[in-house]
Amino acid sequence: MDKVIGILNGMEFTIGDSLLELSYLIAALLFVYGLKLLSHPATARTGNLWAAGGMGLAMITTLLLHKDANGAGIPLTNVWIVMAAIGVGSAIGWMVARKIKMTAMPQLVSIYNATGGAASMLVALLEYPNAIAGDVGSILVTILGLVIGAVAFSGSMIAFGKLDGRVGDIMKPFMTYLNLVILIVTIALSVYIIISPNQPTEMVWAIYALLAISLVYGVMFVMPIGGADMPVVISLLNSLTGIAAAMAGFIYSNQAMILGGILVGAAGMILTMLMCKAMNRSLISVILGSFGGGGAAAAGGDQGTVKEIQLSDAAVLLSYSQKIVIIPGYGLAVAQAQHIAHELDMLLEGKGVDVKYAIHPVAGRMPGHMNVLLAEADVPYENLVEMDDINPDMPNVDVAIVIGANDVVNPAAYDDPSSPIYGMPIIDAHLAKNIIIMKRGMGKGYAGIENFLFFNDKTRMLFGDAKSSISKLVNEIKSM
Amino acid sequence: MEVLKFFFEYKEAIFIIALSIFVGIEVISNVPAVLHTPLMSGANAISGVIIIGGIILVGHADLTTFSLSLVLGIFALIFGTLNVVGGFAVTDRMLEMFKKKKK
Repeated sequence: MDKVIGILNGMEFTIGDSLLELSYLIAALLFVYGLKLLSHPATARTGNLWAAGGMGLAMITTLLLHKDANGAGIPLTNVWIVMAAIGVGSAIGWMVARKIKMTAMPQLVSIYNATGGAASMLVALLEYPNAIAGDVGSILVTILGLVIGAVAFSGSMIAFGKLDGRVGDIMKPFMTYLNLVILIVTIALSVYIIISPNQPTEMVWAIYALLAISLVYGVMFVMPIGGADMPVVISLLNSLTGIAAAMAGFIYSNQAMILGGILVGAAGMILTMLMCKAMNRSLISVILGSFGGGGAAAAGGDQGTVKEIQLSDAAVLLSYSQKIVIIPGYGLAVAQAQHIAHELDMLLEGKGVDVKYAIHPVAGRMPGHMNVLLAEADVPYENLVEMDDINPDMPNVDVAIVIGANDVVNPAAYDDPSSPIYGMPIIDAHLAKNIIIMKRGMGKGYAGIENFLFFNDKTRMLFGDAKSSISKLVNEIKSM
Repeated sequence: MEVLKFFFEYKEAIFIIALSIFVGIEVISNVPAVLHTPLMSGANAISGVIIIGGIILVGHADLTTFSLSLVLGIFALIFGTLNVVGGFAVTDRMLEMFKKKKK
């Protein structure tokens, strides 16, 4: 069936070639359509399936119809090897995705992002020797694919480590400069490789050196970033993986890869900007990791005293309220307290109390973290209210319960121009009539800033692990 | 000169990039916060499109001699598949969870 049907730019092409490109067009359209559906709650699941279908189509047609420069198709033995590798990857990917606990979702997304980056990095590495010396364009895209893929890979692995609590935040003042130096070396080496007149086969040492330094840069770049900046970085890394895949698409002049990659790159960049806007910070300041420095002066001021609340008092207060808002933060995720929190809200709803959850855009460690967490605990979607919608209503709220959140309710964002989070939009917990803060201890938030909400006259502290505090509270309310 | 040469040689791809950026921005604008995680995870799976590169690489690899590049190519394929299959599967699971709640 695969007969020559025409000539384009001096190259003969066959039915198979034409069908392959057609399948790429369909795949690319399915990516766009799938992503479009993914951005609306009612159609999101279908959209994901459409995009997956596009990917499946592109994979099958590539395997069946792709030809190398000499016009030879993929030999049968190679087909089996490809299928075996895909089989292994699919089995592992599927099983892990199905079995893993919902609370480990951010970690898993990071891992999968890392594998995507690693794949781009390896493809670029292996294609580099096939480039022609002096062909600046193809060497440029190969190098970009390699560097961006490597940074996305090692950066995502560190992000995974942080989300999983295996890697701490290491931020030393000199690291900003060190990172800058590493970045400059990476760029210089890239430029050197691109403009070098040597044959790529003679430059193998340089490409491995570039690979190594890119991996180091990925590690160093994510290492100092923590707390509320994590969602920004996760979504930035996601965007980078897309761009790396697009660069590899250039190598093969494959439009589906270019479009898919850039689509993800652009969408990820928008999400990154949204996260930055939610914190009133620029992307540059997130990358440079300037958090945690400036607020030291404010911390020295008079602190007042914090007042603790007894469980029985808290139980009474909550039971006789009309309107309660729960403000969850990363502490809720760490303590795995989402199920018990839902038990609390159902118990209170049963007593006729109106309970809502107020979700700050950067609460947690990845975009939408709290939504996923609470959905897992069966909290109805309608009970999750976004920051901008809940804030006007805060003065009517009888009790704001802050569970494991800190910076997203810190009024210093309004009052204290010297604070590093000054200007960041927050949930106005301080406007509620009463505030109960569940916290492990008097430690500062991730940003290392004093929170004057804790010293507010209306505030009562409930110290302890969120999960055990809430379950004690639930028992207390039940026994009333 | 070099820049113009580069542009002409890659004009189709550059067109695709320029338009894809706008499509990407347009498609996900006004996405509600509740969908941030699934959207990110679904987009992440799409970036696994690099797997096509892996298929081409291993598909045309020389099998007569054992080489490091074949091994690395197979790893690229496995990683790419993990990204694609795992990414779509985990997104589906997340969205399934949201859907159940809406009733």
